[in-house]
Amino acid sequence: MELTKYEEAALDGRHGETLSLAYRVLVAIGEATQSDRLIPIKWAHLSGVNYNTIGDAGKDFLSHLSRDAKFTVKTTVNPMGFDFDTVSRYKLDAKFIEGQQSIKNSYEKMGAIPSFSCIPYEIFDVPEHGTHVSFAESNAAIYANSVSGLKTNKEGAFSALASAITGKSPCSDLRDDKVRRPNLTIRMKVETPDELAYGMLGYFAGKVAGSSVAFSGTGDIDRRSCKSLCAGMGTSGRCGMFTIGEEVGEKMDFDKKEMQIIHDELNTSEKGDVIALGSPQLGIEEIADLTAMLKGKSFRKRCMIFCPRAIKGQMKDLGFTNELERAGGEVLYDCCTCLTPLIDKDDVDAVITNSVKGAYYLNTSNEVGVNLKSLKQIINDETI
Amino acid sequence: MNVQVIVKGNVKGSLLITKSPINFLGGIDKKTGIIHDKNHDLFGKSISNKILAFPFGIGSSVGAYTIYSLKYNKCAPLGIICLKADLTTASGCAISNIPLVIAKKTDYDSLQEGKEILLDAITGELR
Repeated sequence: MELTKYEEAALDGRHGETLSLAYRVLVAIGEATQSDRLIPIKWAHLSGVNYNTIGDAGKDFLSHLSRDAKFTVKTTVNPMGFDFDTVSRYKLDAKFIEGQQSIKNSYEKMGAIPSFSCIPYEIFDVPEHGTHVSFAESNAAIYANSVSGLKTNKEGAFSALASAITGKSPCSDLRDDKVRRPNLTIRMKVETPDELAYGMLGYFAGKVAGSSVAFSGTGDIDRRSCKSLCAGMGTSGRCGMFTIGEEVGEKMDFDKKEMQIIHDELNTSEKGDVIALGSPQLGIEEIADLTAMLKGKSFRKRCMIFCPRAIKGQMKDLGFTNELERAGGEVLYDCCTCLTPLIDKDDVDAVITNSVKGAYYLNTSNEVGVNLKSLKQIINDETI
Repeated sequence: MNVQVIVKGNVKGSLLITKSPINFLGGIDKKTGIIHDKNHDLFGKSISNKILAFPFGIGSSVGAYTIYSLKYNKCAPLGIICLKADLTTASGCAISNIPLVIAKKTDYDSLQEGKEILLDAITGELR
């Protein structure tokens, strides 16, 4: 990879240890993806914010880094482990709360916007078509490439962090228009698909596709289904982009049989003790829909509803928060179903969710059972 | 065999090989290095102090922190051999100083489970 004189010097440590570390990461991923140079990026979105996922190792690393690192481009951050406003309602120990506080402080000290959201594409203004960004959150990277018209690789937590510090990223993979062109088409053969079917389509696609994949036969996909698709795809594979409509390259079908295989893998319980909605976090449209679906109904079980703080005011003003709470929902900001420490296997045997991504991580990381079904089915089965 | 160096280093150890991609965040216990994804063919095995060969990393970008945590908790692999480098694995190894190389498909397929090897991720050789 060709580096400028400044980049070489920074790599060699002549501009400090932090920049040297950041360039070491960029050079490693540049070599890995056969990039010839670094290019400027306009926006970094970081993962690695939840104490539950990065632990003491991550906390100490960020604390050390934040002593002199400063983000040089717009930088937003993923959800953390809990909502500081409501944490006292949950039985989290003091060590966890302290660990999370330290991580939050480190990111804010480095200059991150405290968004704590996995749907940056929905709560921030999206830059001009074709703008290069570095998104680490997998659902957000896929959404940015496929829907928002931005260009990013499916960044790792440290590659996006290095981009936030340097304002640069290797020019490779999905930053290259040739790689963005899919060479595999998956034909959607499931009729009248709901958001869960799209999540499973994504999970299937992630397993078989390379960098980019085409879908045909889907018709229009609404935002809820699209987010579900991106999250499912980000979970199972390395694919970072999809197109809709045109059939290109090799063809494969996604039918009821394939969907059943995935459902059997992720649905590990026939019932659950608590409902979790929002992985990815629910945006204002989904909250409006959910509120309408709950009219005159109440949850029979605890239902956790995860949203970005950015929509808190709007939710309250429009009466959505009141209505969700009336129905027995617990509205949580700044955190997400995925890898939440608020669901503990000592208290919960199984979780009901419509999120394919949530289901994967609840099964593997939280080690609880999952009853995976569509939102409509959840409302049908779990409310009175 | 010759390999492409992504993260430099020089290590000796026994090979642990899988044909399945790894989701570091969901699939591995960061405190022990044991694979706990029940659907993975290395389920129950430890990647600690092995030279780990897997095709590529998948899933959450936070897997890079899992790699760093494995190192911090002294249960990281000694070195990693991939078929295709993904950014989560590459950036995780770069921060954690875990030698990482890319092998060609035919070379990868000829690797032998349990064999003691020298991974020279400076000259780009595997012996």
